Amino acid sequence: MFCSVMSAVIQGLQPEFVQVEVDVSNGLPGFCMVGYLAEEVKEAPGRVRTAIQNIGMIIPPKKIMVNLSPAHVRKRGSGFDLPIAVSVMGALAMIKKEEIKDIIVIGELGLDGEVRKVKGVLPILLAAKEKGYRKCMIPFANLTEGRLVDGLEVIGVKSLRDTVEYFRKGIVPNYEKAIKVQSRQERVYDFKDLKGQKVLRRVAEISVGGGHNLLMIGPPGSGKTLTAKCMPGIMPPLQKEEAIELMKIYSIMGLLDEHSAEIEKRPFREVHHTISKPALLGGGIIPKPGELSLANGGILFLDELAEFQKTVLETLRQPLEEKCVKLIRNSGTYVFPADVILTCAMNACPCGYYPDHKKCNCTPTQIQNYVGKISQAFLERIDLCVETERISYEELVEKKIKEESSLEIQKRICKVRKIQQERFRGSSVRVNAQMNMQQMQKFCVLDLETEKFLKQAYEKLGMSARVYHKILKVARTIADMEEKKQIRIIHIKEALGYRMSDKIFWGE
Amino acid sequence: MGDEYIAYAYWLDNVQGIGKKRKIQWVLKGLAPKEIYDQIEMIPETKITQQEKEKILEAKNRWNVWKQYENMVQKEIYFVPYTLEAYPQRLREISAPPFGIYVKGKLPGEEEKSVAIVGARHCSEYGRKMTTEYARAFAEYGIPVISGMASGIDSVAQRAALEAKGSTYAVLGCGVDICYPRENFALYMEMTQKGGIISEYPPGMRPLPQHFPARNRIISALADTVLIMEAKIKSGSLITAEMALEQGKDIYALPGACTDILSEGCNRLISDGAGILISPKELLETMGIPNVKNVRKQTENEIKLESAEKLVYSCLGLHPKSLEQILDNTKMSLPELLSHLISLEMKGCIKEISKNYYVKIDLEY
Repeated sequence: MFCSVMSAVIQGLQPEFVQVEVDVSNGLPGFCMVGYLAEEVKEAPGRVRTAIQNIGMIIPPKKIMVNLSPAHVRKRGSGFDLPIAVSVMGALAMIKKEEIKDIIVIGELGLDGEVRKVKGVLPILLAAKEKGYRKCMIPFANLTEGRLVDGLEVIGVKSLRDTVEYFRKGIVPNYEKAIKVQSRQERVYDFKDLKGQKVLRRVAEISVGGGHNLLMIGPPGSGKTLTAKCMPGIMPPLQKEEAIELMKIYSIMGLLDEHSAEIEKRPFREVHHTISKPALLGGGIIPKPGELSLANGGILFLDELAEFQKTVLETLRQPLEEKCVKLIRNSGTYVFPADVILTCAMNACPCGYYPDHKKCNCTPTQIQNYVGKISQAFLERIDLCVETERISYEELVEKKIKEESSLEIQKRICKVRKIQQERFRGSSVRVNAQMNMQQMQKFCVLDLETEKFLKQAYEKLGMSARVYHKILKVARTIADMEEKKQIRIIHIKEALGYRMSDKIFWGE
Repeated sequence: MGDEYIAYAYWLDNVQGIGKKRKIQWVLKGLAPKEIYDQIEMIPETKITQQEKEKILEAKNRWNVWKQYENMVQKEIYFVPYTLEAYPQRLREISAPPFGIYVKGKLPGEEEKSVAIVGARHCSEYGRKMTTEYARAFAEYGIPVISGMASGIDSVAQRAALEAKGSTYAVLGCGVDICYPRENFALYMEMTQKGGIISEYPPGMRPLPQHFPARNRIISALADTVLIMEAKIKSGSLITAEMALEQGKDIYALPGACTDILSEGCNRLISDGAGILISPKELLETMGIPNVKNVRKQTENEIKLESAEKLVYSCLGLHPKSLEQILDNTKMSLPELLSHLISLEMKGCIKEISKNYYVKIDLEY
């Protein structure tokens, strides 16, 4: 007897629909599976057989043949247990074949028949809706993310028994009470907690305002990390489409919260310097997204920049420019989004106290070697560079000074972003930092005096062409922050102050 | 004494295991290097012991006198043995003179006064500034500057001397064909043209740590006056000062703030009796240079500053100040302050020595 049910597997970011076919026939009893299976899928018979028996149903001693089609797609992940079980029961006439016709089924099984959480539910459901499916059955633990898709009947099940009940009697399991709705979280990191540090506050605002990558250099404990952590909180609120895009990635990585799947805050991903290339960019035979994509639409923070492996940093260059990661494999090209504001922090020397001669004992060679680990090409991807300083005790304990809160800064940022939205209407560019040459010529027009000044600066300060363009873009953002149409000399001057000089340190 | 003498002297200098004092003794007693090479067996043991003979025989085997000499000449390196007239008189006078020195370029003249400027590798902007000023003044009065081409004070002094069209000589702790540290390659090349590179170590010798204290004695020996610009309390510059003291040279140290560890060594020297550097003019006068003008004042045609820029400028000093500190001092807004800083930087009044750390360049405007 033959029976089949639809399921799906994630390939990169896109789901691929898979037909789970089961045939039960006479012959030597056994459970046989084919269809280009990964190890975890090959192990499914053990779980499926035991689970079905443990809910009190008996599998007759027959030859069970399972095929996952199309055969050329690699089947990975644990989500095939439930569809196989359903299909087997259909083939054994334990449930009616008609009932399982137009439904997508995904889920992992425990030996006791429990249905367990799987990864990548959200993108599968979104694709299913697009393909015209009406119903989906997913593990109950994934139900919160399943609910995010409108116009699709999503059934969350906790056990195989409930599954059978549903297909036999049409009873939708109701565990509604178990779902806790968590309240919206307030900002954990807020700029009002960052005392003093006027320079840092200003560059953080410019950075977020125009989508500029930022490098902070300074001694330990000078507020670099806190600033970075505060930055997502001043970005404009996440739009619905952006959130869905982000949640798809998180769903694939199994990072969505079971209780409140919806992502409301922009991501902040702090990456340790021991990270490998695949973990950062994404990787694997069938690639999975990396930290860069998990930070999509938010902040990717690289602390201790100089400690990162050189090759790892170099791989970031192309994605930062194109705002996406392209991974090319035998099975095809996978594109992951990577629209992040890169925020980096580092010490100026191995001990961290340079240029304070009283505390710093590093030799010039040590400093050179330390800073020299980061390639010029990588540094050129960074628009803003500032040195931070330890704050004084007075500033630290001064309670009277009330620092501006993230909410106020966010309001201003929204305005600045809106100006840019108007400016770039009809193009794929969203922020000043992404402007191309034509756009720069159009939107960064300088008056004569400013032009003359910039020419002088270009020659005197020994800038490169790339640095010159960065200055224009940053100046554009600073002008936008003042709601000025024209870039003035003062904007250029301020931008020059944050430039990444060709020799950042002690260049002789 | 011709090529032949020098070629054999070069060989003798490279005989391992025999001290330079002994070698000098031999040549002073009339043993020519060629004689030692050719007739080593004939020389009585009262002059050269059996042990030494063995070492010399061994050195004979692994050294092709003419080939080695040609090689050296091809690299434009000259060997000046002790017995040669060109050997600097000042060097003869010290307690442990080298058997010979290797030179690329020239040797400092015997008649002219010369000055050694040494100091910390990791120097401050203050040290850099003052060193430049002194080196320039010496260059203007035709006084050669001798130093060690190390990064920091040494190279700053030598570069400044060259820029002011003076002559400068570097004494290295490695072979003269090796540029150490490498970052000073341009300086090294220029010095071979307009001054000289000197070393007691044969070409190809790597810069080993133990060479440096020994080379310091040559730096001080070649100079009449030794200037210590910046030095920590335990540093090579203080070794140079010690050597200079032994050799009876005039020592001057640049005073600094008591809190600055880079000036600790200098202040200690002053307290121990070294001369204090007040100004290049005063120093030149004490050195007996007649008619010293007011040196420095290379002021680039009067820079005009706006009043706000003056305020920012007055906040800065020779010690780096961070943007945040200047903000606090001037009470300006950040965009305003930055624009003034950029203007000042472009006018050449200040310098951004590290990201967002600024120092003054000219002492007055």
